[in-house]
Amino acid sequence: MKKSHRFYGHGIPRVEPDDLGGKLIVVEGADGSGRSTQIVELVNWLETSGRPTVQVGLKRSTLVSEELERAQHGNVLSRTTLALFYATDFADQVENIIIPALKAGFIVLADRYIYTLMARDMVRGMNEKWLKNLYGIAPIPDAVFYLSVEPEELVQRNLAKNATLDYWESGLDIGLSRDVFDSFLKYQSAMGDAFRHLQKTYKFEIINANRPVNSVNKELRRKISAVLDE
Amino acid sequence: MKTFAELHFPGRLIAVEGLDGSGKSTQIYLLKRWLEAEGIKVYFSEWNSSELVKSATSKGKKRELLTPTTFSLIHATDFADRYERHLVPLLRAGYIVLCDRYVFTAFARDVTRGCPPDWVRGNYSFAAAPDLTMFFKADLEVSLNRILEGRPKLKFFEAGMDMRLSTDPYESFKIFQGRILEQYMAMSKEFKFVTVEANSNVEKQQIIVRKLVSERIDLKKFKRRSPLPLPPSIAPDNREPKEDPEGDKGV
Repeated sequence: MKKSHRFYGHGIPRVEPDDLGGKLIVVEGADGSGRSTQIVELVNWLETSGRPTVQVGLKRSTLVSEELERAQHGNVLSRTTLALFYATDFADQVENIIIPALKAGFIVLADRYIYTLMARDMVRGMNEKWLKNLYGIAPIPDAVFYLSVEPEELVQRNLAKNATLDYWESGLDIGLSRDVFDSFLKYQSAMGDAFRHLQKTYKFEIINANRPVNSVNKELRRKISAVLDE
Repeated sequence: MKTFAELHFPGRLIAVEGLDGSGKSTQIYLLKRWLEAEGIKVYFSEWNSSELVKSATSKGKKRELLTPTTFSLIHATDFADRYERHLVPLLRAGYIVLCDRYVFTAFARDVTRGCPPDWVRGNYSFAAAPDLTMFFKADLEVSLNRILEGRPKLKFFEAGMDMRLSTDPYESFKIFQGRILEQYMAMSKEFKFVTVEANSNVEKQQIIVRKLVSERIDLKKFKRRSPLPLPPSIAPDNREPKEDPEGDKGV
């Protein structure tokens, strides 16, 4: 196993990237892309094959997750504030979960990473250069898989599951349309564009997730195995 | 970094910076009272005071959960919230906004804690420069005495205990404040700080502060066109005259 990681930018004070072993694997994708299902399957597979695995995700930090949830409920934060609040949540997990786990040689499986955060902020008009500097604290993953699903298919999956479309996943805060259905389609297609744009810089792998869960999972396992054997 | 005037905002922003105990808060408070009495549209904003972010910050501080990176980001979040929801709209409406600490506090503190200067500055790059930044320069000993005399129990992060400079909070505070002062001095020229000698008498300082402000800013442009409406509780319509008809002549 390769014994070191790098950061996208300046990194974290007092953390030596050479001390970071383990593997950092990221699964990205919209709600309804099958992301959560895939992650459950992958954790099962990794742990049963004897590999210690730790999970991280957005809005899960001890430091600010509750406050972030509360602030989002009222939808009172403006875009820079929201971007920085999410970055705080991310940084707290980097320092308290990701870094210790990598130091211990664990596998870290991230249910979304900085790319979702950056794409969301870019769709809301935040400056890309600013975001790149901000997320210079992120360790570079060993692999990133973006589960790509057409917006029309996402609508069907979200409605089948919840019978409604989520406020934020529909981008209703930016006023693309008064109609939730239209707004969702426009927002998800803008997010898809942002991801494809980020892909050029961050080189993640785009996985066609319009397919059944099993075939997506097989592809992910095959690709992750290759990364773990490096 | 452009100032609000250079960006054609109708309002103006005045910031005070300096160490804890430099007397800057007293001075900006007195400045606010004066501007209010002059009938000027004025708003005061304090570092680390956004209602939304406060509970996270105080939890982080109390449980000692903060690292240099999260300390920096949570304060940037707090600043962004005040900046976007209060400062920018007020400056667009032609207010004089007074800030007790501005981005330079983060530039000094977070860099002292080990965050890369470019990273910190980049994160705050959405903020315009103040139209006037007064730096209250007291001797380190004077600032330390003012803080250490009046408030003997130092908080963990305030004393810089997270940096493991010393196991003694007082010793740690002294080293930490000394390093922050060095950071301030190093950026003083770049950000055009106007230095106010803060060792001297409080009243004399206030005379200097008011003079600086009126020289730099054409205050009469910022007067309210009409007097402030009375708060509902004392507005004539809501008064209950039966109880004490003679009693509130002063209102």
